Amino acid sequence: MTLRVSRRQFFKLGAAGMATSSMAMMGFAPEPAVASIRHFKLTGAKITRSNCTYCSVGCGVLIYARGDAAINNVDDIYHVEGDPDHPVSRGSLCPKGAGLLDYIRSDSRLRYPQVREAGSNQWQRISWDEAFTRIARHMKDDRDANFVTQDDEGNTVNHWTTTGMLAASASTNETAYCTHKIARGLGMVAFDNQARV
Amino acid sequence: MTNHWVDIRNADLIIGMGGNPAEAHPVGFRWVMEAREHNDARLVVVDPRFTRTAAVADYFAEIRTGTDIAFLGGLIHYLIESGRFQRDYVLAYTDASLIVREEFGFEDGLFTGYDADSGEYEMESWQYEYDDEGHALRDETLEHPRCVFQLMRQHFSRYTLDVVSSVCGTPRDKIQHVWDMAAETAAPDKTMTFLYALGWTQHSIGSQIIRTAAMVQLLLGNMGMRGGGVNALRGHSNIQGLTDLGLLSDQLPGYLTLPDADEQEYEDFILERARPPLVPGEVSYWRYYERFHVSLMKAWYGDAASEDNDWCYDWLPKMGEDLYDILHTFERMHQGEITGYLCQGFNPLAAFPHKAKVTEALSRLKFLVVIDPLRTETAEFWMNHGEYHDVDPAAIDTEVFRLPTTAFAEEDGTIVNSSRWLQWFWQAGPPPGEAKPDTAILAGIFLRLQRLYQEEGGAFPDPILNLHWPYRRPEEPTPEELAREYNGWALEDVFDENRNLVVRAGEQLEDFGFLRADGSTACGCWIFAGCWTEAGNQMIRRDNSDPYGTGQTLGWAWSWPGNRRILYNRASARPDGTPWAATKAVVWWDGERWVGNDVPDFPEDSTPGMTQGPFLMNQTGRGQLFARDRMNEGPFPEHYEPFETPIASNPLHPDSPLAKNNPAARVFPQDRENFGTFEEFPHAATSYRLTEHFHYWTMHNRLNAITQPEKFVEIGEALARELGIEKGDRVRVSSKRGHIDAVAVVTKRIRSLQVAGHTVHQVGIPLHWGFLGETRKAHLTNTLTPSVGDANTQTPEYKSFLVRVDKL
Repeated sequence: MTLRVSRRQFFKLGAAGMATSSMAMMGFAPEPAVASIRHFKLTGAKITRSNCTYCSVGCGVLIYARGDAAINNVDDIYHVEGDPDHPVSRGSLCPKGAGLLDYIRSDSRLRYPQVREAGSNQWQRISWDEAFTRIARHMKDDRDANFVTQDDEGNTVNHWTTTGMLAASASTNETAYCTHKIARGLGMVAFDNQARV
Repeated sequence: MTNHWVDIRNADLIIGMGGNPAEAHPVGFRWVMEAREHNDARLVVVDPRFTRTAAVADYFAEIRTGTDIAFLGGLIHYLIESGRFQRDYVLAYTDASLIVREEFGFEDGLFTGYDADSGEYEMESWQYEYDDEGHALRDETLEHPRCVFQLMRQHFSRYTLDVVSSVCGTPRDKIQHVWDMAAETAAPDKTMTFLYALGWTQHSIGSQIIRTAAMVQLLLGNMGMRGGGVNALRGHSNIQGLTDLGLLSDQLPGYLTLPDADEQEYEDFILERARPPLVPGEVSYWRYYERFHVSLMKAWYGDAASEDNDWCYDWLPKMGEDLYDILHTFERMHQGEITGYLCQGFNPLAAFPHKAKVTEALSRLKFLVVIDPLRTETAEFWMNHGEYHDVDPAAIDTEVFRLPTTAFAEEDGTIVNSSRWLQWFWQAGPPPGEAKPDTAILAGIFLRLQRLYQEEGGAFPDPILNLHWPYRRPEEPTPEELAREYNGWALEDVFDENRNLVVRAGEQLEDFGFLRADGSTACGCWIFAGCWTEAGNQMIRRDNSDPYGTGQTLGWAWSWPGNRRILYNRASARPDGTPWAATKAVVWWDGERWVGNDVPDFPEDSTPGMTQGPFLMNQTGRGQLFARDRMNEGPFPEHYEPFETPIASNPLHPDSPLAKNNPAARVFPQDRENFGTFEEFPHAATSYRLTEHFHYWTMHNRLNAITQPEKFVEIGEALARELGIEKGDRVRVSSKRGHIDAVAVVTKRIRSLQVAGHTVHQVGIPLHWGFLGETRKAHLTNTLTPSVGDANTQTPEYKSFLVRVDKL
């Protein structure tokens, strides 16, 4: 008689009291499990070094993605974990950092430019070109109408106070530098970022 | 941070005050635990709540929110009167010996020079006494009645143990115990670090709280030392970088500033900022201000910036107000004076105080542009979200654009962590849909504006038409191009004072020492010079070795300034150049130059005999116990009550109404009308974040939503008993400005306090949850908070305000 034992039953038997090693000596052995030939899920992933985007500890993270950027292939980030080489975080992530994948793939991520017209109750999808063109028009109209060359005392001030901007403290230095250069080039002064609050 | 995350492990005492790092910076907090386990360090927490940091602390002391100056001012008093400060350090490295003008004084809670009508100070009397050469007079015995040391001693003499206990509501024995532990670090071989965050900044007296801590550290000789410092645990991943790059209304990159309207002459503008030493022979590094400024203008305007046009001086916008901060801007927006607003990765409807005012203000805009990876409450401010945000879209005429950006995983670039490390990261995948990087969005808008000005002309087009835009693909500057630009490069050959060629035209600069004021160098942010040199991108470096075992890891990423890891590290050595203690050594004089386990934050060849001070950015070369002209409410910190205080007067000045709250704070009339009184709103509230959430973003993440799904508030058992509230009941928390509903967490972790003879209950309100995302819908916490800010920074007073709690 051949007794067929699955892996689960095999371990259950062991847990019931008899040492599994002695069971194996008696001729019992579990069937090979299908799972045993399944590859580690990160094998073959492209690993990219990054930093957590939340607080200011700047923990190192490793981002795992499928795909090789081939033109008709969709790269897909499917795992994020701590970078063990990082001298501050040494591979650790907190509950926020451990959930980074959910942020990257959140249902709330925006995918297209949209506009909500005055008085409307809905979003409407528009092209980037239309968005840039309409925003630039608004900004120029306001700047031309309200730019102050001289103040009431006759001082040259060359500032624009009627359109303002908030920059983002989770954006990169490169984005921030580019943003700052443009904002001051336009003469903007009502300009801040989260460091103000 | 003056020091850095890993350096916390070198501390002997860690005071967590105005922050909750175990919860808000959990992975950085590991270095606190490392210090406790391997350096025999103790952790002390002083906080209104028994936080998760307190839960692993060696000692906890409760305190009333907004009274930290009293607690630390009392510590200064105690250190001076008991003689438990590091006298040699104080004498050599601070301005304690400098003599202040006779006119200076302090009476009824006000310093000299106060104008009650304008609510501002004339700072003329807050000056040192100078000799004919403009150098400050000194008394090295520290006995002169007007030397900084004696004035400071006199100022804080009122901060006795009884007074501090009465103001803070902290039991006397606990205060004394914390003070004693701090005093032990006056020993040269002991260091204490302060870890603080928004719990110190978000008060109407926030800047002065931090200054008080800095003064304590100077008295104890803990600045520039391993395991010392005043360490700001910044709130966002690159808020340090955005501060360094000066994206603030009055700033330019590298802590340079915009001119005021009355600074019409370029020479005067530079002279005001390029400050000479006030003590003979000091470095006073800001004296080179013009090099940094001219190099910035060359980076921004290229060939158009020349000596003939004062490097485009008139192209820089000049300040018509002290500050166009967010409170000022939303006040103007509320009055209908603002046409358009751009929000890049910022959610002001949720993040700014007094949400009802913010909603009305946004409704008066002609256009709003929201640039964000996620849906935000701000972008949907016009949409009715029922009881949580009840507006009528038909009545709101603001045109709103919502532009999708890449998130961190979908772009290259650097962020600066609290340790001032610039760390480069790489794109791991494509963004969703049509989302673009911010740089492409900003460039897209800018290039269209530029074309409109070319075609149509318009108001002052020169800076727009001439903005230096050398990028290979103008519609999308790359992070590499922008990083090389803010590092800086030579436009022409650069020579040293002996006419030796030091940098060839076209080469990247090694450090800010090569910057010139003659237009031969360009540099977008002088303090970042050295991050991308001829040797390449230094920010990608990944050598984590630590050969000295000090935790400095000089080969990991790149730290500003000049890869220094501990600021002012010259102060880690005695005036003669030997370390105060072998266990705390950072840099030392080896007979020819400064060497050590960090990059010396000092001229490498400045011999100890030159007696130059370690605080080389200051005109005195010394740590400033006396703030002279840099703080709007006075050269010494003074305790003032929050604008919404649970007690009737300032216990330090009960008969001086002007000194009840910060006399130099700016309050708009309508905002003042919206302050509540303790008769109507009796409980002191404070807001904070949780470890499971990051502001309003993680509302959109399923895992985070599962771990903390619903809005709650924390109230102490005594208050709960008084109000008949049980754990889990729903409560309404109201302020003068609105209400929120939430689940009540009744806890032992918030105790009632005895303040100036009254019982004060404190209420804890997490700032998370809104009406979007995966968590249960909720009112935004900032419905409750008041619209008033710190007198220097205008950072809103989110941490101390008044509420009433009712059971629903």
